[in-house]
Amino acid sequence: MSEIRRRQLLQGTAGILATGIFPAIHAQEKITLRYLGTAVNQDKAIAEKFKADTGIAIQYIAVNTDEVTKRAVTSPNSFDLIDTEYFSLKKIVPTGNLKGIDTKRIKNADKITTLFTTGVVGGKAVGDQGTAPKKVIYLEGEKSKVFAKAPTQFMSLIPTVYNADTLGIRPDLIKRPIDSWAELLNPEFKGKAAILNIPSIGIMDAAMVVEAKGLYKYPDKGNMTRKEIDLTIKTLIEAKKAGQFRSLWKDFNESVNLMASGEVVIQSMWSPAVTAVRTKGIDCVFQPLKEGYRAWAAGFGVPATSSGKKLDATYEFINWFLDGWAGAYLNRQGYYSAVLETAKAKMEAYEWAYWMEGKAAEKDIKSPNGDLLAKAGSKRDGGSYEQRMGGIACWNALMDENTYMVQKWNEFVAA
Amino acid sequence: MKSTALTAGPPAWLQALPFGAVFLFFFVAPLLLIGAVSFWPTSDYELIPGFTGQNYVSIFEGCSNLAEPCVTLKTYWSTLRFSLLTWAAALLIGFTIAYFLAFHVRSPGMQTLLFVICTIPFWTSNVIRMISWVPLLGRNGLVNQGLMGLGVVDKPVDWLLFSEFSVVLAFVHLYTMFMLVPIFNSMMRIDRSLLEAADDCGASGWQTLWNVIVPLSRTGILIGSIFVITIVMGDFVTVGVMGGQQIASVGKVIQVQTSYLQFPLAAANAVVLLAVVLMIIVALTRLVNLRKEL
Repeated sequence: MSEIRRRQLLQGTAGILATGIFPAIHAQEKITLRYLGTAVNQDKAIAEKFKADTGIAIQYIAVNTDEVTKRAVTSPNSFDLIDTEYFSLKKIVPTGNLKGIDTKRIKNADKITTLFTTGVVGGKAVGDQGTAPKKVIYLEGEKSKVFAKAPTQFMSLIPTVYNADTLGIRPDLIKRPIDSWAELLNPEFKGKAAILNIPSIGIMDAAMVVEAKGLYKYPDKGNMTRKEIDLTIKTLIEAKKAGQFRSLWKDFNESVNLMASGEVVIQSMWSPAVTAVRTKGIDCVFQPLKEGYRAWAAGFGVPATSSGKKLDATYEFINWFLDGWAGAYLNRQGYYSAVLETAKAKMEAYEWAYWMEGKAAEKDIKSPNGDLLAKAGSKRDGGSYEQRMGGIACWNALMDENTYMVQKWNEFVAA
Repeated sequence: MKSTALTAGPPAWLQALPFGAVFLFFFVAPLLLIGAVSFWPTSDYELIPGFTGQNYVSIFEGCSNLAEPCVTLKTYWSTLRFSLLTWAAALLIGFTIAYFLAFHVRSPGMQTLLFVICTIPFWTSNVIRMISWVPLLGRNGLVNQGLMGLGVVDKPVDWLLFSEFSVVLAFVHLYTMFMLVPIFNSMMRIDRSLLEAADDCGASGWQTLWNVIVPLSRTGILIGSIFVITIVMGDFVTVGVMGGQQIASVGKVIQVQTSYLQFPLAAANAVVLLAVVLMIIVALTRLVNLRKEL
């Protein structure tokens, strides 16, 4: 802003202050936060409730996981708040495009689940293969480009939602119990299986299958060597050539459509996608498997250039998000919220028992939009929070050999 | 002969300047940039200027072994095959429809009406046009239900959807219009007296078609072919949606690379693709002298 314009503005502001009508104008000033993330987390109801509570509007920018990272790296001024996964941080943080979030300004910072801060659930350490959040959640300072080894005042992302993924199946079409990742490549489901076409996540699922089939045991599935990548992709290519896959899917809706239409009976899947299939009245199970889960976690980050009122509004949104209403909303969708205590306060006791404690539902369980999810008496797949999150085998990851991995993944797609 | 019209207005170069500037800024400059980036070293989150042939080397790595073709050859082969199949089908359908509109429909009003009907597929976005095939061709789709109901098959036919068939089908559905329009345009310019002359000389319908109409429509055929082939060569959305994401195309490889921020590699791939497409266009224009015909 030029010097002259700023002076005029200051004079103008002073004039308005003198007349005593400034507060009214301030109240009318509309702040809109541009919220960049994947469609899954961008719920209309959350934006509406936040607007009603605080007067701040949320403008959702919905893109896919890869695109979120790309935007964060290439155009960090195109959003005020980013909702991205922890594994993407390895790409974003070194660019210096993210600002460390001051935990002193986050009311519930010390109530964030220990899964993120120390990697512990119910007193038990969970698997930390891959990009476990505890490895990347702290920054050395507000403007740091490196991750801190020990907890500090500045967080890279404030966790919002997370979950443990496994295979989704159609029990009505499979008609037998499924208990291992190896089933994904079982020729019995030839032409009826699907896998995720987001290379960095798809390869983790493939690695779970390779281990389940007893082909190889990885020292760290989330950071493979070239040889390990070759082996994993070779396994996938062999299966593809044998006609195993019906389709590869890239976004939430694709996976729901594949499953709901019966094109696919077994596929790697996200929990809310299973919920979405079920609300259509189709039997679909988010199947716990003996080898454990592949976990992921997303959180809010703030662009480095954010300042002033926008920054304050961003903090207000993050604080509001951790305050319970949004957490309860997400828990009812089958995700988990970062601060359990506040979410519990906003949920009915029977809901909490069903979603978080793995108990049989006392009443019918409904989704936030009122669709029937589970009848009274049924239990959540995979049991309680501690059972599920305690069963994490690895986390979504960004490998050191990422470039090579993507190249090999293209080979798989071309095979 | 110096015509006054040429000297009356501003000089020709000035008239060409606005479009030339747009062309330079939005086409030539980005193209040069892509060319430059394709020689930069690969890195995940930073673009570091430099000069290396590594990107091109890695594209063609292992391509000398023809027994086990490399990814690049395989993807180009599948992309070229899609282009060729789509081109053949679009040409056949487009030519037939254009012929019907130009020579069988008498009144200009009716011609316009039918022409507008041909554009109906373009009234919705192309993703919706593609997705609408899914409930039709799927395992439990209408076609399969029909076939099973008629007792033609006893198990749903799998190759209808998420296959090369469905990809080509969608391409033909999407792009035949680009073939139809230029062919129709050429046909409308054919002097009708030539057809009468052919008839007077005793040519059969097929002879007239082959010796008069096809040669006179070749400009339209060429322009349509360039449209269809260049679009299909670069497409990644249709191949993705209709191929169940598991069929490769050159565009798709570039898309995956850009989404993983591997811009130098993607740029190198784009340069190679551009070279291939340009070669195809040059080969096509060898067949017809566009300047002379227009």
